[in-house]
Parts: sequence; C-alpha cells; structure tokens
Amino acid sequence: MSNKDAYWAKTKNHMIVTLVLWAFFSLVIFMFGSELNTMSFLGYPLAYYMTAQGSLLAFVVMLFWTANKQEKIDEEHGFSEREED
Amino acid sequence: MMDMKGGFIKNLPKIYGLYTGGFAVFILIMAIAEQAGVSAKNIGVMFVAFTVLIYAFIGYLSRTIQVDAYYVAGRQVPTVFNGMATAADWMSGASFVALAGGVYFGGYTYMAFLVGWTGGYVLVATLMAPYLRKFGCYTVPDFIGTRYGGNLVRACSVFVLFIASFTYVTAQINATGTIASRALGIPFELGVWVGLISILICSMLGGMRAVTWTQVAQYIVLIIAYLLPVFWISSKVGGGVFPHLMLGDEVARLGELEQQFGLVKNSAADMKAAGVPGGLKYISGTHSGVPEGGMAVWKYLSLAICMMVGTASLPHILMRYFTTPSVRAARKSVAWSLFFIFLLYSSAPMLATLSKLALMDPNLPTGIIGKSISEVQNIEWVKNWSSVKQVFIADFNGDGILQLNEWFMRGDVVVLATPEVAGLPFVISGLVFAGGMAAAMSTADGLVLAISNALSHDIYYKIIDPKADTAKRLLVARVLLVIIGAAGAYIASFRLTSILGSVAWAFDFAMSGLFFPLVLGVWWKRATRAGAIAGIMSGILSGLLYLLWVYPKFSVPIFGGVNTPFLGIDHLRFGLIGAPICLVVMIVVSLMTKEPDAATQKMVDDTRIPTGKAILGKQH
Repeated sequence: MSNKDAYWAKTKNHMIVTLVLWAFFSLVIFMFGSELNTMSFLGYPLAYYMTAQGSLLAFVVMLFWTANKQEKIDEEHGFSEREED
Repeated sequence: MMDMKGGFIKNLPKIYGLYTGGFAVFILIMAIAEQAGVSAKNIGVMFVAFTVLIYAFIGYLSRTIQVDAYYVAGRQVPTVFNGMATAADWMSGASFVALAGGVYFGGYTYMAFLVGWTGGYVLVATLMAPYLRKFGCYTVPDFIGTRYGGNLVRACSVFVLFIASFTYVTAQINATGTIASRALGIPFELGVWVGLISILICSMLGGMRAVTWTQVAQYIVLIIAYLLPVFWISSKVGGGVFPHLMLGDEVARLGELEQQFGLVKNSAADMKAAGVPGGLKYISGTHSGVPEGGMAVWKYLSLAICMMVGTASLPHILMRYFTTPSVRAARKSVAWSLFFIFLLYSSAPMLATLSKLALMDPNLPTGIIGKSISEVQNIEWVKNWSSVKQVFIADFNGDGILQLNEWFMRGDVVVLATPEVAGLPFVISGLVFAGGMAAAMSTADGLVLAISNALSHDIYYKIIDPKADTAKRLLVARVLLVIIGAAGAYIASFRLTSILGSVAWAFDFAMSGLFFPLVLGVWWKRATRAGAIAGIMSGILSGLLYLLWVYPKFSVPIFGGVNTPFLGIDHLRFGLIGAPICLVVMIVVSLMTKEPDAATQKMVDDTRIPTGKAILGKQH
C-alpha cells in the first residue's frame, strides 16, 4: 500500500470515529430523552442539560480534538503543511 | 492601511482589541448620556447608526481590485478571526432575536434546533471544509463544476445554491428591516431599504475581503450585546453570576410553577374571539420536560438531522473556509467557529429560563402571572409593548386575574424586552438593537455575496464569457450583488413568511441538492458527472415538490387540500425526502455510467492530501 493510500485509510478511520461520536451526542442520547431526564447534572435534568449545553460543548471539544488528531496523521505521513498560519 | 500583506494580518489582534475597547467606551458614553437625560429613542438611534457607520468604514477600507481578494479574501484570514467571521456569518437575525423566544415557548422540543445548528459543524469539519480548501475553488459550484466537469453540472449546483440562499436572504433582509425600523423609528418598508444599503456598503467594494473584516467587527458587537444582558439579568434576578452553570434551581422552580399555574391549551375559537394578534404565542408546554412517545423522539431527531446536514451544505458557510491560509487552518477554523457560536447558543436557553422566571415567579417583583390584570396593564413595559401589538392579554375566564394561558407575546420580545423587564438601564436595550442589526447584516452580507459570486464566477465567467478580464469580472460581480440585494429587499418588503419558517427551508433545500454531491465528490471516486447531475436535480426537485405538497399554504391552492405529512416529515423537514433521493439516484446513475477518467481520479487523490498544489490555480 502506498503512503498516500495508508494516509487516506487512516484519515477515513478517523472520520468514522469522529462521526460515531457525533452521532452519539447528536442523536443517540436524545433517543432516550425521557429516561435521561430522570437523572440530573449541575441541578439540571440531564436531557434538558444536554440539548441546552452539553452536546454543544461536546461538539466544540470534539472539533479541536479531531483537528489535532488529523494534524498528527498528516505529520506521520509527511503531508504536514509548512507553518504559515 | 488595509493592505493584506504581513503588517495588517500581524496587527489584527491589536486592531480588533482597540475596536472592542472603543466600543466599550461608546457604551459608557451612551450610559452617561442616558443619565444626562437623552431619550431612550435617541440612544437606540445612536447605537445602530454608530455601529453601521463603522462597518461601512471597514468595508470602504477593504476595497479591492484583485480577483482572489474579492472572492476569497486573498486566502490570508487567520484561524481565529475566520472563526469569528463564520460565527457572525452563521448567526442570523433569527438566531439573535428569535432563538431565545423559540426556547421560551417550545422548550425541549425546540432545542433540537440548538443541537442541529451546532452539530452540523462536525460534518463541515470532517467531510467538507479541509478538502474544499485544498481544492482551491472560489465558490461551492466551482468545486462541483471542476470535480465532475462540465457546464451543466455547474449550472445545476448554482441553481440549488440560488434557491437555498435566496430563501435565506429574504428572511435576513426582513430581520434587518424590522430592527432598523424599530431602532430608528421608521416604517418597515423603509427599514428594509435602509438595511439593504448598509449591507451593500459593507460588501460591494471589497467582496469577500470586506465582508470578512466587517463580520469580525459584527461578531464582537453581537456577542457583547447578547452576553452582557444575560449575565446582568441573571445576577439581578438572583440566578447567580454565571447562569450557564447555576440555573439548575431556576429550571426546577419553573417546573413547580408550571404545575401550580397549570398548562392549559387555548382553543383557536377562544383566541380568535378575544382578538389575539397573529404571531403572538403563549406557554402551553413544559420548559425542561421531554414529551413522551416515539413520535416526539422522531420529531426531535428528524429536525436535528435536517439542520445538521443542511448546515454542512450551505454555501455561504462553506465558502468562509476557502479564505484560510492552509488546509490545517481550515480545520482549526471550523473548531473556532463553533466555539464562538457556542458562546451565544448556550446562552439562549439561559436567557429563556431567566426571562420566563422573571414573568412567572410571584415571589419576584417582576412577576406578572397571578396578578390582577388591571395592575399588569399599568406596568410601563407592558404598556409600551402592547401598543405595538407585541404583547397581549386576554381574560378568558373573566376573573380579572392573569393566568399563564392568558398572557401572549411575540418570541422576539424575550430578547428585546427582557432587559427592560428586569429593570436594566435603556442603554442595554440600545446595545441589543445594535447586536440584532449586526447579526442580521452579517448573515445577509455573506448570503448576498454567496449568490452573486456564484452567478458572476460560475455562470458569467466560467460559462458565458471565459475571456473576460479582471476589471470586467469584478464589475459584473458588483452589479449582480446590487441586483440580488435589491431583489431580496423587494421580496422581503412583502413580509411573506415568518422568519423561522423560511430559515429552516434554506437548510432543507441545501441538503436536498448539495450535501451528497459535495461529500461523494471527495469521498467516492466513482461518482460521475451524470450521477451528480441526476442526483442534484432529483434531490432538489423532489424536496421542492414535497414542500409544495405538505405545506398547507401551498398545498391548498395546488393540490386542493391539506395533506398529512408522511412519517411526520413536515415542511421544516422536507430535506429528509430530497437528500435520500439525491443519494440513491446519484449512486445508481454513477454506477450505470463509465467511471471518471484518470485525470479526474488523480484530482480527487490530490484533493485528499493537504500538501501540494491546489487543484485550481491562484487566479482562475
């Protein structure tokens, strides 16, 4: 497998992992809204908290994490851009 | 001064730091002016006029005669600043003015919008932005036209872009007009044109470069204008200094109050008899409770899916990531965008909670529910907002006491009036007007530019006159900008739909016709031109047809009756019809046609790797 193919395979895996996390925080947890709401976090009912703030925060963290991880993959395969930003 | 090389970019933090400081000084001066007896109305006028003039000044300084500065801001916008510009581009007048009101009345179910409008950025970052940046396109149709090859597929994608963005832009110009008319005290029809002129001044001379630097300035104004009142109101009504972490008790208290007052549904006949003005709502659902049943879950999920996928297909957002210096900067920039969006979106539910509590809790001096109606009608802010038909009281049971279901108000009032209700000085209300204006203008700017750029670059330059020189291209781009803006303002002046109805439609249109052609263009080499054309057209047309069928205002004249939505897919969710059809058709037709040639396959390979030359040159 060429370096390019190996790079793309890793990038693809990383994309899938990110999208699984995304689906968890955007869809899966809200399938169980009424169950979650019986629990509480910071004094808020949990499902309410997640839709008002929790999932949003998870997306922000996820995006910084995923960008850093992808940069590591770039470096490993020598596709890292020169520092220009 | 605005020369984009080295000096200006390096000094950005200093320039915008000074700007923010200057704005803070302006707020203080206004506060002093209020104490000195300047009228509330004049303070509102000064806030809007001062900020709009600053944006116009930035727009003028950013004028350009270069094609890549006009289309992609010279690809020199640093990560964090592009994040702020995207956040302003994204957060529309509807987000600013109507979001908290939506949460106020809709509770948990409505908050699917919050998840949808933020979660979509994960799709932007993983599937789209870095690859489109590497491609080096000027517009979204530029990518589709080059990847699939040919004028027809390019024109099809411009068609979808036009439908989606134009639906959106009329709503934004409408919002700009509403805010301008309220703040300046002029009629709505005039406000629309004042708003349009402000929008055009910011974008006409400098294209994407001017829009970028005004959007950063607009973000700073809108976020201060949103957060300052939320924190202030919270400490004033005893919600704590940091509402986001401290409103657990208040949310629980709202649950108790709902029980105490009872959630009653009014009949349509009662409301009509009492003469409740159109567009005003009352509280009939719980604040934090999750509605029971599979259909309720599906309604939540389907709305979130449409908004997320739509986000990742909206051209005016995707094109912001064409302006970063590198692919990695594009990825990071998506993360920063969402961070800046999060600051506002996570505050909207807090504002809704505080505002609701302020009105509902009889233990607070601001509480009105459960008081005598004659007393409530004498409160200063109730008088003001009743006179413009934004709030309304109907004593259904005739007992002279205000019940929860007897208090009506427009969603916008939550943002626009809560500072007044909580007894904040008027300078804050003036600030909120300026913030709403910034939010509506920045989104309208981005949209008008997205449409006119696609028409000038993809239709005029790429299809009609490929030999046109730079001066002619930019002239055409500017003329189209004015025409599109004027058309949007003209339609907005008829006030055809409520702000939010049509905003959701833009997402559904974009997702129906653009999501899969963009994703598969990068992630599936086998996708062919014929597949893309068939996919785009079947997606957008089936989505459009379904909307006509399902939305009563269209279906009654066209199909002669009201149709029950298929699987609960109503007019806010029609992308769930269009996008799957687009996907299936695109795959089937691609597999039936010859696979793309070696040159195209190599182009896709190159797109996937951050380093190396862009597919499209610096000037194309």
